[in-house]
Amino acid sequence: MLDVADVSRRFGGLLAVDGASLTVAEGEIVGLIGPNGAGKTTLFAIISGFIAPSKGSIRFEGRDVTREPAHLRARQGIARTFQVVQPFAGLTVRDNIAVGAYLRHPRRQDAINHAEAAARRLGLETMLDRPASDLTVAGRKRLELARALATEPKVLLLDEVLAGLNPSEIRDIIPVIRVIRDGGVTVLMIEHVMQAVMSLCERVYVLAHGRVIAAGVPRDVCADPLVIEAYLGHGAAGRIRAGEVAGA
Amino acid sequence: MTGRDLLPPALLIGLLALVPWATSSNTMLNFLVTVLIVALAAQGWNLLGGFGGQFSFGHAAFFGTGAYATALLQIRGGVNAWIACLIGIAAGGVVGWVIGVLAFRARLRGSYFALVTLAFAEVLRILTNAADFTGGAAGLLLRLDVRPMNFQFASRAVFYWIALVCVAVVLLLTVMIERGRFGAQLAAVRENEEAARALGVDALAVKLRAITLSAAITAAAGCLYTQYFLYLDANIAYGSWISIEALLAAIVGGIGTVAGPVIGALTLHGLGELTKGFAGDITGVDLVLFGLLLVAAIGFAPLGIVGSLRRLRVVRLSGGAR
Repeated sequence: MLDVADVSRRFGGLLAVDGASLTVAEGEIVGLIGPNGAGKTTLFAIISGFIAPSKGSIRFEGRDVTREPAHLRARQGIARTFQVVQPFAGLTVRDNIAVGAYLRHPRRQDAINHAEAAARRLGLETMLDRPASDLTVAGRKRLELARALATEPKVLLLDEVLAGLNPSEIRDIIPVIRVIRDGGVTVLMIEHVMQAVMSLCERVYVLAHGRVIAAGVPRDVCADPLVIEAYLGHGAAGRIRAGEVAGA
Repeated sequence: MTGRDLLPPALLIGLLALVPWATSSNTMLNFLVTVLIVALAAQGWNLLGGFGGQFSFGHAAFFGTGAYATALLQIRGGVNAWIACLIGIAAGGVVGWVIGVLAFRARLRGSYFALVTLAFAEVLRILTNAADFTGGAAGLLLRLDVRPMNFQFASRAVFYWIALVCVAVVLLLTVMIERGRFGAQLAAVRENEEAARALGVDALAVKLRAITLSAAITAAAGCLYTQYFLYLDANIAYGSWISIEALLAAIVGGIGTVAGPVIGALTLHGLGELTKGFAGDITGVDLVLFGLLLVAAIGFAPLGIVGSLRRLRVVRLSGGAR
Protein backbone atom coordinates (compact mmCIF):
# COMPACT_ATOMS: atom_id res chain seq x y z
CA MET A 1 0.00 0.00 0.00
CA LEU A 2 2.87 2.36 0.84
CA ASP A 3 5.99 2.01 -1.26
CA VAL A 4 9.07 4.11 -0.54
CA ALA A 5 11.68 3.56 -3.23
CA ASP A 6 15.32 4.59 -3.00
CA VAL A 7 14.61 7.90 -1.24
CA SER A 8 17.44 10.30 -0.43
CA ARG A 9 17.49 13.72 1.12
CA ARG A 10 20.50 15.96 1.38
CA PHE A 11 20.73 18.99 3.72
CA GLY A 12 23.82 20.83 2.51
CA GLY A 13 26.70 18.50 3.27
CA LEU A 14 24.61 16.06 5.30
CA LEU A 15 22.95 13.12 3.63
CA ALA A 16 20.12 12.66 6.13
CA VAL A 17 18.40 9.86 4.21
CA ASP A 18 20.50 7.81 1.83
CA GLY A 19 18.70 5.57 -0.63
CA ALA A 20 16.16 4.23 1.86
CA SER A 21 13.45 1.87 0.62
CA LEU A 22 10.59 0.31 2.52
CA THR A 23 7.14 -1.08 1.88
CA VAL A 24 4.13 -1.34 4.12
CA ALA A 25 1.26 -3.69 3.27
CA GLU A 26 -2.35 -3.00 4.17
CA GLY A 27 -3.24 -3.93 7.74
CA GLU A 28 0.34 -4.22 8.99
CA ILE A 29 2.02 -2.59 11.95
CA VAL A 30 5.55 -1.86 10.80
CA GLY A 31 8.26 -0.40 13.02
CA LEU A 32 11.01 1.98 12.01
CA ILE A 33 13.84 1.96 14.51
CA GLY A 34 17.39 3.17 14.60
CA PRO A 35 19.80 5.24 16.71
CA ASN A 36 19.26 8.98 17.23
CA GLY A 37 20.04 10.99 14.13
CA ALA A 38 19.54 8.03 11.80
CA GLY A 39 17.08 10.02 9.68
CA LYS A 40 13.84 8.39 10.82
CA THR A 41 11.92 11.60 11.35
CA THR A 42 13.24 13.04 8.09
CA LEU A 43 12.02 9.95 6.28
CA PHE A 44 8.60 10.41 7.91
CA ALA A 45 8.53 14.03 6.81
CA ILE A 46 9.29 12.91 3.26
CA ILE A 47 6.56 10.27 3.28
CA SER A 48 3.97 12.72 4.64
CA GLY A 49 4.98 15.46 2.21
CA PHE A 50 6.59 18.01 4.54
CA ILE A 51 10.02 17.64 2.96
CA ALA A 52 10.67 16.91 -0.71
CA PRO A 53 13.16 14.11 -1.36
CA SER A 54 16.30 14.94 -3.34
CA LYS A 55 15.93 11.60 -5.09
CA GLY A 56 13.56 8.62 -5.12
CA SER A 57 9.80 8.23 -5.12
CA ILE A 58 6.86 7.58 -2.81
CA ARG A 59 3.92 5.53 -4.08
CA PHE A 60 0.70 5.24 -2.14
CA GLU A 61 -1.91 2.73 -3.25
CA GLY A 62 -0.16 2.50 -6.59
CA ARG A 63 -0.15 6.28 -7.23
CA ASP A 64 3.01 8.34 -7.32
CA VAL A 65 2.57 11.00 -4.61
CA THR A 66 6.18 12.21 -4.53
CA ARG A 67 5.30 15.71 -5.74
CA GLU A 68 2.07 16.13 -3.76
CA PRO A 69 1.98 18.65 -0.89
CA ALA A 70 1.25 17.49 2.66
CA HIS A 71 -2.42 18.50 2.80
CA LEU A 72 -3.22 16.51 -0.36
CA ARG A 73 -1.51 13.43 1.02
CA ALA A 74 -3.62 13.77 4.17
CA ARG A 75 -6.66 13.83 1.89
CA GLN A 76 -5.40 10.62 0.20
CA GLY A 77 -5.27 8.97 3.61
CA ILE A 78 -1.74 9.47 4.94
CA ALA A 79 -1.86 10.88 8.49
CA ARG A 80 1.06 11.60 10.78
CA THR A 81 1.76 12.58 14.36
CA PHE A 82 4.68 14.74 15.38
CA GLN A 83 7.56 13.66 17.58
CA VAL A 84 7.35 17.00 19.36
CA VAL A 85 3.59 17.26 19.94
CA GLN A 86 1.95 20.16 18.12
CA PRO A 87 -1.39 20.86 19.78
CA PHE A 88 -3.45 23.91 18.78
CA ALA A 89 -2.81 25.25 22.26
CA GLY A 90 -5.47 27.94 22.25
CA LEU A 91 -8.27 25.61 21.15
CA THR A 92 -10.22 23.10 23.21
CA VAL A 93 -9.56 19.40 22.87
CA ARG A 94 -12.81 19.04 20.93
CA ASP A 95 -11.89 21.81 18.48
CA ASN A 96 -8.39 20.37 18.06
CA ILE A 97 -9.77 17.03 16.96
CA ALA A 98 -12.53 18.65 14.90
CA VAL A 99 -9.90 20.23 12.62
CA GLY A 100 -8.97 16.68 11.62
CA ALA A 101 -12.59 15.58 11.32
CA TYR A 102 -13.46 18.52 9.05
CA LEU A 103 -11.26 16.93 6.38
CA ARG A 104 -13.97 14.38 5.56
CA HIS A 105 -17.00 16.07 7.13
CA PRO A 106 -17.59 19.64 5.98
CA ARG A 107 -20.68 20.11 8.16
CA ARG A 108 -20.02 21.26 11.70
CA GLN A 109 -22.27 18.82 13.51
CA ASP A 110 -20.86 15.81 11.62
CA ALA A 111 -17.32 16.95 12.27
CA ILE A 112 -18.00 17.46 15.99
CA ASN A 113 -19.64 14.03 16.28
CA HIS A 114 -16.70 12.34 14.60
CA ALA A 115 -14.26 14.32 16.71
CA GLU A 116 -16.00 13.20 19.90
CA ALA A 117 -15.96 9.60 18.69
CA ALA A 118 -12.21 9.83 18.07
CA ALA A 119 -11.76 11.36 21.54
CA ARG A 120 -13.60 8.42 23.11
CA ARG A 121 -11.34 5.95 21.32
CA LEU A 122 -8.35 7.64 22.91
CA GLY A 123 -9.97 8.08 26.33
CA LEU A 124 -10.12 11.87 26.07
CA GLU A 125 -13.89 12.23 26.44
CA THR A 126 -13.69 13.91 29.85
CA MET A 127 -11.28 16.56 28.52
CA LEU A 128 -13.29 17.72 25.51
CA ASP A 129 -13.99 21.25 26.79
CA ARG A 130 -10.53 21.88 28.24
CA PRO A 131 -7.94 23.87 26.30
CA ALA A 132 -5.28 21.62 24.79
CA SER A 133 -2.65 23.49 26.81
CA ASP A 134 -4.15 21.97 30.00
CA LEU A 135 -3.23 18.42 28.96
CA THR A 136 -0.34 16.45 30.43
CA VAL A 137 2.35 15.02 28.15
CA ALA A 138 0.47 11.72 27.93
CA GLY A 139 -2.75 13.60 27.20
CA ARG A 140 -1.09 15.57 24.42
CA LYS A 141 0.20 12.38 22.84
CA ARG A 142 -3.32 10.99 22.92
CA LEU A 143 -4.63 14.23 21.43
CA GLU A 144 -2.05 14.00 18.66
CA LEU A 145 -3.30 10.46 17.92
CA ALA A 146 -6.98 11.39 18.13
CA ARG A 147 -6.51 14.29 15.74
CA ALA A 148 -4.71 12.13 13.18
CA LEU A 149 -7.36 9.42 13.54
CA ALA A 150 -10.14 11.94 13.01
CA THR A 151 -8.89 12.45 9.45
CA GLU A 152 -9.91 8.80 8.88
CA PRO A 153 -6.55 7.78 7.43
CA LYS A 154 -5.62 4.61 5.62
CA VAL A 155 -2.09 4.68 6.93
CA LEU A 156 -0.98 6.32 10.15
CA LEU A 157 2.61 7.44 10.67
CA LEU A 158 3.37 7.53 14.40
CA ASP A 159 6.53 9.40 15.34
CA GLU A 160 7.53 8.28 18.85
CA VAL A 161 4.08 8.49 20.42
CA LEU A 162 5.41 6.65 23.48
CA ALA A 163 8.45 8.84 24.13
CA GLY A 164 8.22 10.73 27.41
CA LEU A 165 5.52 8.49 28.85
CA ASN A 166 5.93 6.49 32.05
CA PRO A 167 5.68 2.67 32.00
CA SER A 168 2.03 2.56 33.06
CA GLU A 169 1.05 5.13 30.42
CA ILE A 170 2.92 3.06 27.84
CA ARG A 171 1.02 -0.04 28.93
CA ASP A 172 -2.23 1.90 28.51
CA ILE A 173 -1.52 3.11 25.00
CA ILE A 174 -0.10 -0.04 23.39
CA PRO A 175 -3.52 -1.75 23.19
CA VAL A 176 -4.98 1.47 21.76
CA ILE A 177 -2.56 1.28 18.83
CA ARG A 178 -3.51 -2.34 18.28
CA VAL A 179 -7.21 -1.44 18.30
CA ILE A 180 -6.56 1.29 15.74
CA ARG A 181 -4.93 -1.25 13.44
CA ASP A 182 -7.75 -3.74 13.99
CA GLY A 183 -10.10 -0.96 12.98
CA GLY A 184 -8.52 -1.05 9.52
CA VAL A 185 -5.72 1.52 9.75
CA THR A 186 -2.25 0.50 8.62
CA VAL A 187 0.45 1.71 11.01
CA LEU A 188 4.06 2.70 10.42
CA MET A 189 5.70 3.72 13.68
CA ILE A 190 9.02 5.19 14.74
CA GLU A 191 9.67 3.93 18.25
CA HIS A 192 12.49 3.69 20.75
CA VAL A 193 10.51 1.83 23.39
CA MET A 194 11.52 -1.73 22.45
CA GLN A 195 8.82 -3.28 24.63
CA ALA A 196 6.27 -1.67 22.29
CA VAL A 197 8.14 -2.56 19.11
CA MET A 198 8.41 -6.20 20.19
CA SER A 199 4.77 -6.54 21.16
CA LEU A 200 3.21 -4.50 18.34
CA CYS A 201 5.26 -4.67 15.16
CA GLU A 202 5.05 -7.51 12.71
CA ARG A 203 8.08 -6.25 10.84
CA VAL A 204 10.70 -3.62 11.52
CA TYR A 205 13.13 -1.62 9.43
CA VAL A 206 16.35 -0.41 10.98
CA LEU A 207 17.71 2.90 9.78
CA ALA A 208 21.30 4.00 10.50
CA HIS A 209 23.07 6.96 8.90
CA GLY A 210 20.11 7.34 6.57
CA ARG A 211 20.37 3.80 5.21
CA VAL A 212 18.17 0.78 5.82
CA ILE A 213 20.63 -1.69 7.33
CA ALA A 214 18.21 -4.45 8.32
CA ALA A 215 14.61 -5.50 7.94
CA GLY A 216 12.52 -8.38 9.19
CA VAL A 217 10.78 -9.82 12.22
CA PRO A 218 11.66 -7.82 15.39
CA ARG A 219 13.37 -10.74 17.18
CA ASP A 220 15.71 -11.54 14.26
CA VAL A 221 16.51 -7.91 13.65
CA CYS A 222 17.52 -7.35 17.28
CA ALA A 223 20.00 -10.20 17.05
CA ASP A 224 21.51 -8.88 13.82
CA PRO A 225 25.18 -7.94 14.44
CA LEU A 226 24.88 -4.95 12.08
CA VAL A 227 22.00 -3.57 14.15
CA ILE A 228 23.80 -4.08 17.48
CA GLU A 229 26.83 -2.26 16.10
CA ALA A 230 24.70 0.58 14.78
CA TYR A 231 23.44 1.20 18.30
CA LEU A 232 26.47 0.31 20.42
CA GLY A 233 29.43 1.00 18.15
CA HIS A 234 31.85 -0.93 15.97
CA GLY A 235 32.88 -4.30 17.40
CA ALA A 236 30.10 -4.39 20.00
CA ALA A 237 28.44 -7.46 18.53
CA GLY A 238 31.70 -9.40 18.70
CA ARG A 239 32.34 -8.38 22.32
CA ILE A 240 28.82 -9.36 23.37
CA ARG A 241 29.21 -12.76 21.74
CA ALA A 242 32.60 -13.19 23.38
CA GLY A 243 31.03 -12.23 26.71
CA GLU A 244 28.26 -14.79 26.25
CA VAL A 245 30.79 -17.52 25.38
CA ALA A 246 32.99 -16.62 28.37
CA GLY A 247 29.92 -16.48 30.65
CA ALA A 248 28.82 -19.88 29.48
CA MET B 1 -25.69 27.95 14.83
CA THR B 2 -27.50 28.45 18.11
CA GLY B 3 -29.40 31.42 19.44
CA ARG B 4 -26.84 31.83 22.20
CA ASP B 5 -24.11 32.75 19.69
CA LEU B 6 -26.26 35.33 17.99
CA LEU B 7 -27.87 36.97 21.00
CA PRO B 8 -25.09 39.36 22.17
CA PRO B 9 -24.34 40.72 18.68
CA ALA B 10 -28.05 41.02 17.89
CA LEU B 11 -28.60 42.93 21.14
CA LEU B 12 -25.74 45.29 20.34
CA ILE B 13 -27.06 46.00 16.84
CA GLY B 14 -30.63 46.42 18.09
CA LEU B 15 -29.51 48.95 20.69
CA LEU B 16 -27.47 50.91 18.17
CA ALA B 17 -30.37 50.89 15.69
CA LEU B 18 -32.52 52.80 18.21
CA VAL B 19 -30.10 55.70 18.60
CA PRO B 20 -31.52 57.95 15.83
CA TRP B 21 -34.88 57.93 17.64
CA ALA B 22 -33.23 58.89 20.91
CA THR B 23 -31.28 61.81 19.51
CA SER B 24 -31.42 63.90 16.38
CA SER B 25 -28.15 65.63 17.17
CA ASN B 26 -25.98 65.75 14.05
CA THR B 27 -22.82 65.68 16.13
CA MET B 28 -23.93 62.44 17.75
CA LEU B 29 -24.83 60.81 14.43
CA ASN B 30 -21.62 62.04 12.81
CA PHE B 31 -19.68 60.52 15.66
CA LEU B 32 -21.53 57.20 15.40
CA VAL B 33 -21.14 56.94 11.62
CA THR B 34 -17.39 57.42 12.05
CA VAL B 35 -17.42 54.74 14.75
CA LEU B 36 -19.29 52.33 12.47
CA ILE B 37 -16.90 52.92 9.58
CA VAL B 38 -13.93 52.23 11.86
CA ALA B 39 -15.78 49.22 13.30
CA LEU B 40 -16.30 47.78 9.83
CA ALA B 41 -12.63 48.28 8.95
CA ALA B 42 -11.71 46.62 12.26
CA GLN B 43 -14.03 43.69 11.57
CA GLY B 44 -12.09 43.13 8.36
CA TRP B 45 -8.79 43.32 10.21
CA ASN B 46 -10.07 40.97 12.92
CA LEU B 47 -10.95 38.24 10.43
CA LEU B 48 -7.35 38.04 9.21
CA GLY B 49 -5.52 39.18 12.36
CA GLY B 50 -7.77 37.83 15.09
CA PHE B 51 -9.07 34.60 13.63
CA GLY B 52 -6.19 33.95 11.22
CA GLY B 53 -3.29 35.24 13.33
CA GLN B 54 -1.82 37.20 10.42
CA PHE B 55 -1.21 40.70 11.79
CA SER B 56 -1.54 43.29 9.08
CA PHE B 57 -0.24 46.81 9.57
CA GLY B 58 -1.51 47.95 6.21
CA HIS B 59 -5.25 47.56 6.05
CA ALA B 60 -5.26 51.12 4.70
CA ALA B 61 -4.35 49.48 1.36
CA PHE B 62 -7.83 47.92 1.30
CA PHE B 63 -9.71 50.83 2.87
CA GLY B 64 -8.14 53.21 0.38
CA THR B 65 -8.77 50.97 -2.60
CA GLY B 66 -12.46 50.76 -1.69
CA ALA B 67 -12.65 54.51 -1.17
CA TYR B 68 -10.77 55.49 -4.32
CA ALA B 69 -12.51 52.94 -6.54
CA THR B 70 -15.91 54.23 -5.40
CA ALA B 71 -14.95 57.85 -6.03
CA LEU B 72 -13.08 57.35 -9.30
CA LEU B 73 -15.77 55.17 -10.88
CA GLN B 74 -18.32 57.89 -10.24
CA ILE B 75 -16.20 60.91 -11.16
CA ARG B 76 -14.26 59.51 -14.10
CA GLY B 77 -16.57 56.73 -15.27
CA GLY B 78 -20.02 58.06 -14.47
CA VAL B 79 -20.92 54.81 -12.75
CA ASN B 80 -23.85 54.71 -10.35
CA ALA B 81 -22.76 55.14 -6.74
CA TRP B 82 -24.21 51.86 -5.48
CA ILE B 83 -22.57 49.87 -8.26
CA ALA B 84 -19.33 51.80 -7.72
CA CYS B 85 -19.41 50.71 -4.07
CA LEU B 86 -19.85 47.07 -5.00
CA ILE B 87 -16.97 47.28 -7.47
CA GLY B 88 -14.95 49.07 -4.79
CA ILE B 89 -15.50 46.17 -2.38
CA ALA B 90 -14.46 43.68 -5.05
CA ALA B 91 -11.40 45.78 -5.92
CA GLY B 92 -10.38 45.73 -2.26
CA GLY B 93 -10.71 41.95 -2.25
CA VAL B 94 -8.54 41.68 -5.35
CA VAL B 95 -5.82 43.87 -3.80
CA GLY B 96 -6.00 41.68 -0.68
CA TRP B 97 -5.64 38.52 -2.73
CA VAL B 98 -2.64 39.90 -4.64
CA ILE B 99 -0.85 41.01 -1.46
CA GLY B 100 -1.73 37.63 0.06
CA VAL B 101 -0.29 35.67 -2.85
CA LEU B 102 2.94 37.67 -2.75
CA ALA B 103 3.36 37.61 1.04
CA PHE B 104 2.10 34.12 1.88
CA ARG B 105 3.81 32.38 -1.03
CA ALA B 106 7.04 33.91 0.23
CA ARG B 107 6.12 32.40 3.64
CA LEU B 108 6.13 35.75 5.40
CA ARG B 109 4.82 35.66 8.97
CA GLY B 110 4.69 37.84 12.05
CA SER B 111 6.50 41.16 11.83
CA TYR B 112 7.66 40.47 8.28
CA PHE B 113 4.10 40.12 7.08
CA ALA B 114 3.12 43.26 9.02
CA LEU B 115 5.94 45.27 7.45
CA VAL B 116 5.13 44.11 3.92
CA THR B 117 1.47 45.09 4.28
CA LEU B 118 2.55 48.47 5.63
CA ALA B 119 4.85 48.89 2.63
CA PHE B 120 2.03 48.13 0.17
CA ALA B 121 -0.26 50.67 1.83
CA GLU B 122 2.47 53.31 1.76
CA VAL B 123 3.28 52.67 -1.91
CA LEU B 124 -0.40 53.08 -2.79
CA ARG B 125 -0.59 56.27 -0.72
CA ILE B 126 2.41 57.81 -2.47
CA LEU B 127 1.18 56.78 -5.94
CA THR B 128 -2.33 58.16 -5.47
CA ASN B 129 -0.86 61.33 -4.00
CA ALA B 130 1.26 61.85 -7.11
CA ALA B 131 -0.96 60.73 -9.98
CA ASP B 132 -3.25 63.23 -11.72
CA PHE B 133 -5.83 60.54 -12.40
CA THR B 134 -6.50 60.18 -8.68
CA GLY B 135 -6.62 63.90 -8.13
CA GLY B 136 -3.09 64.16 -6.75
CA ALA B 137 -2.54 65.91 -3.47
CA ALA B 138 -5.73 67.91 -3.90
CA GLY B 139 -7.80 64.77 -3.57
CA LEU B 140 -11.20 64.01 -5.03
CA LEU B 141 -14.47 65.77 -4.40
CA LEU B 142 -17.71 64.01 -5.23
CA ARG B 143 -20.52 66.12 -6.67
CA LEU B 144 -23.20 66.81 -4.09
CA ASP B 145 -26.44 65.42 -5.49
CA VAL B 146 -28.62 64.27 -2.65
CA ARG B 147 -30.71 61.41 -4.01
CA PRO B 148 -30.99 57.83 -2.73
CA MET B 149 -30.05 56.72 -6.27
CA ASN B 150 -26.67 58.38 -5.67
CA PHE B 151 -26.11 56.85 -2.25
CA GLN B 152 -26.55 60.33 -0.75
CA PHE B 153 -29.21 61.08 1.80
CA ALA B 154 -30.65 64.23 3.29
CA SER B 155 -30.96 62.52 6.66
CA ARG B 156 -27.87 61.33 8.46
CA ALA B 157 -29.98 58.67 10.18
CA VAL B 158 -30.53 56.78 6.92
CA PHE B 159 -26.83 56.63 6.23
CA TYR B 160 -26.24 55.59 9.82
CA TRP B 161 -28.65 52.68 9.41
CA ILE B 162 -27.01 51.57 6.18
CA ALA B 163 -23.62 51.54 7.88
CA LEU B 164 -25.17 49.61 10.77
CA VAL B 165 -26.61 47.02 8.37
CA CYS B 166 -23.11 46.54 6.90
CA VAL B 167 -21.68 45.99 10.38
CA ALA B 168 -24.54 43.59 11.21
CA VAL B 169 -24.01 41.57 8.03
CA VAL B 170 -20.32 41.19 8.83
CA LEU B 171 -21.16 40.21 12.43
CA LEU B 172 -23.40 37.45 11.09
CA LEU B 173 -20.76 36.40 8.57
CA THR B 174 -18.17 36.25 11.35
CA VAL B 175 -20.40 34.07 13.55
CA MET B 176 -20.95 31.73 10.60
CA ILE B 177 -17.23 31.54 9.87
CA GLU B 178 -16.38 30.98 13.53
CA ARG B 179 -18.84 28.11 13.75
CA GLY B 180 -17.87 26.45 10.45
CA ARG B 181 -15.12 24.52 8.76
CA PHE B 182 -13.35 27.59 7.39
CA GLY B 183 -13.15 29.10 10.88
CA ALA B 184 -11.77 25.89 12.36
CA GLN B 185 -9.12 25.68 9.67
CA LEU B 186 -8.27 29.36 10.08
CA ALA B 187 -7.80 28.90 13.83
CA ALA B 188 -5.70 25.79 13.19
CA VAL B 189 -3.43 27.71 10.82
CA ARG B 190 -3.12 30.50 13.40
CA GLU B 191 -2.21 28.09 16.20
CA ASN B 192 0.15 25.78 14.30
CA GLU B 193 0.52 25.78 10.56
CA GLU B 194 2.51 22.51 10.36
CA ALA B 195 0.00 20.55 12.39
CA ALA B 196 -2.83 22.03 10.32
CA ARG B 197 -1.21 20.87 7.09
CA ALA B 198 -0.74 17.39 8.52
CA LEU B 199 -4.50 17.29 9.08
CA GLY B 200 -5.22 18.07 5.45
CA VAL B 201 -5.63 21.84 5.73
CA ASP B 202 -4.42 23.74 2.68
CA ALA B 203 -2.79 26.50 4.72
CA LEU B 204 -2.05 28.78 1.77
CA ALA B 205 -5.60 28.57 0.41
CA VAL B 206 -7.08 29.23 3.85
CA LYS B 207 -4.89 32.30 4.38
CA LEU B 208 -5.67 33.63 0.90
CA ARG B 209 -9.38 33.26 1.49
CA ALA B 210 -9.04 35.05 4.81
CA ILE B 211 -7.06 38.00 3.45
CA THR B 212 -9.39 38.40 0.45
CA LEU B 213 -12.48 38.44 2.64
CA SER B 214 -10.78 40.64 5.21
CA ALA B 215 -9.71 43.11 2.53
CA ALA B 216 -13.19 43.22 0.98
CA ILE B 217 -14.77 44.04 4.35
CA THR B 218 -12.29 46.82 5.07
CA ALA B 219 -12.76 48.10 1.52
CA ALA B 220 -16.50 48.35 2.25
CA ALA B 221 -15.61 50.70 5.11
CA GLY B 222 -13.67 52.80 2.60
CA CYS B 223 -16.68 52.90 0.23
CA LEU B 224 -18.90 54.12 3.07
CA TYR B 225 -16.34 56.77 3.98
CA THR B 226 -16.36 58.15 0.44
CA GLN B 227 -20.15 58.24 0.25
CA TYR B 228 -20.53 59.87 3.65
CA PHE B 229 -17.88 62.57 3.48
CA LEU B 230 -17.89 62.95 -0.34
CA TYR B 231 -14.23 63.89 -0.18
CA LEU B 232 -10.98 61.97 0.09
CA ASP B 233 -7.28 62.36 -0.50
CA ALA B 234 -4.34 59.97 -0.32
CA ASN B 235 -3.59 60.67 3.33
CA ILE B 236 -7.15 59.91 4.34
CA ALA B 237 -7.75 56.86 2.18
CA TYR B 238 -4.34 55.22 2.31
CA GLY B 239 -3.07 56.91 5.48
CA SER B 240 -1.75 54.75 8.29
CA TRP B 241 -4.43 56.17 10.64
CA ILE B 242 -7.00 53.66 9.42
CA SER B 243 -4.55 50.72 9.59
CA ILE B 244 -3.87 51.66 13.20
CA GLU B 245 -7.50 52.29 14.15
CA ALA B 246 -8.57 48.98 12.60
CA LEU B 247 -6.11 46.92 14.60
CA LEU B 248 -6.50 49.06 17.74
CA ALA B 249 -10.28 48.66 17.81
CA ALA B 250 -10.00 44.90 17.28
CA ILE B 251 -7.31 44.43 19.94
CA VAL B 252 -8.91 46.68 22.59
CA GLY B 253 -12.37 45.24 21.92
CA GLY B 254 -11.31 41.62 21.86
CA ILE B 255 -9.04 40.08 19.27
CA GLY B 256 -10.54 37.04 17.55
CA THR B 257 -14.00 37.64 19.03
CA VAL B 258 -17.12 38.30 16.99
CA ALA B 259 -18.24 41.56 18.59
CA GLY B 260 -14.78 42.78 19.68
CA PRO B 261 -14.11 45.20 16.82
CA VAL B 262 -17.48 46.94 17.21
CA ILE B 263 -17.15 47.30 20.97
CA GLY B 264 -13.53 48.36 20.57
CA ALA B 265 -14.40 51.07 18.05
CA LEU B 266 -17.21 52.38 20.29
CA THR B 267 -14.99 52.42 23.38
CA LEU B 268 -12.00 54.02 21.70
CA HIS B 269 -13.93 56.79 20.01
CA GLY B 270 -16.24 57.30 22.95
CA LEU B 271 -13.30 57.80 25.31
CA GLY B 272 -11.52 59.84 22.64
CA GLU B 273 -14.41 62.31 22.40
CA LEU B 274 -14.69 62.47 26.20
CA THR B 275 -11.01 63.31 26.67
CA LYS B 276 -11.24 65.92 23.94
CA GLY B 277 -14.12 67.39 25.89
CA PHE B 278 -12.08 67.48 29.11
CA ALA B 279 -8.69 68.41 27.74
CA GLY B 280 -9.99 71.03 25.34
CA ASP B 281 -7.80 72.03 22.46
CA ILE B 282 -4.70 69.93 22.99
CA THR B 283 -4.13 68.43 19.55
CA GLY B 284 -3.72 64.66 19.54
CA VAL B 285 -4.78 64.09 23.13
CA ASP B 286 -7.14 61.33 21.97
CA LEU B 287 -4.20 59.61 20.24
CA VAL B 288 -2.25 59.65 23.50
CA LEU B 289 -5.24 57.95 25.10
CA PHE B 290 -5.40 55.35 22.31
CA GLY B 291 -1.76 54.51 22.96
CA LEU B 292 -2.36 54.14 26.68
CA LEU B 293 -5.38 51.93 26.04
CA LEU B 294 -3.38 49.69 23.71
CA VAL B 295 -0.66 49.29 26.35
CA ALA B 296 -3.30 48.59 28.99
CA ALA B 297 -5.09 46.06 26.78
CA ILE B 298 -1.91 44.16 25.92
CA GLY B 299 -0.61 44.31 29.49
CA PHE B 300 -3.72 43.55 31.50
CA ALA B 301 -6.40 42.22 29.16
CA PRO B 302 -4.82 40.49 26.19
CA LEU B 303 -8.25 39.19 25.23
CA GLY B 304 -9.67 42.71 25.12
CA ILE B 305 -12.96 43.90 26.56
CA VAL B 306 -15.05 41.00 25.25
CA GLY B 307 -12.48 38.41 26.32
CA SER B 308 -12.24 39.88 29.84
CA LEU B 309 -16.01 39.97 30.25
CA ARG B 310 -16.23 36.37 29.13
CA ARG B 311 -13.56 35.33 31.62
CA LEU B 312 -15.34 37.19 34.42
CA ARG B 313 -18.53 35.33 33.62
CA VAL B 314 -16.77 31.96 33.58
CA VAL B 315 -15.15 32.72 36.96
CA ARG B 316 -18.48 33.77 38.46
CA LEU B 317 -20.28 30.68 37.06
CA SER B 318 -17.69 28.26 38.38
CA GLY B 319 -17.61 30.19 41.69
CA GLY B 320 -21.39 29.89 42.00
CA ALA B 321 -21.28 26.16 41.34
CA ARG B 322 -19.03 25.56 44.29
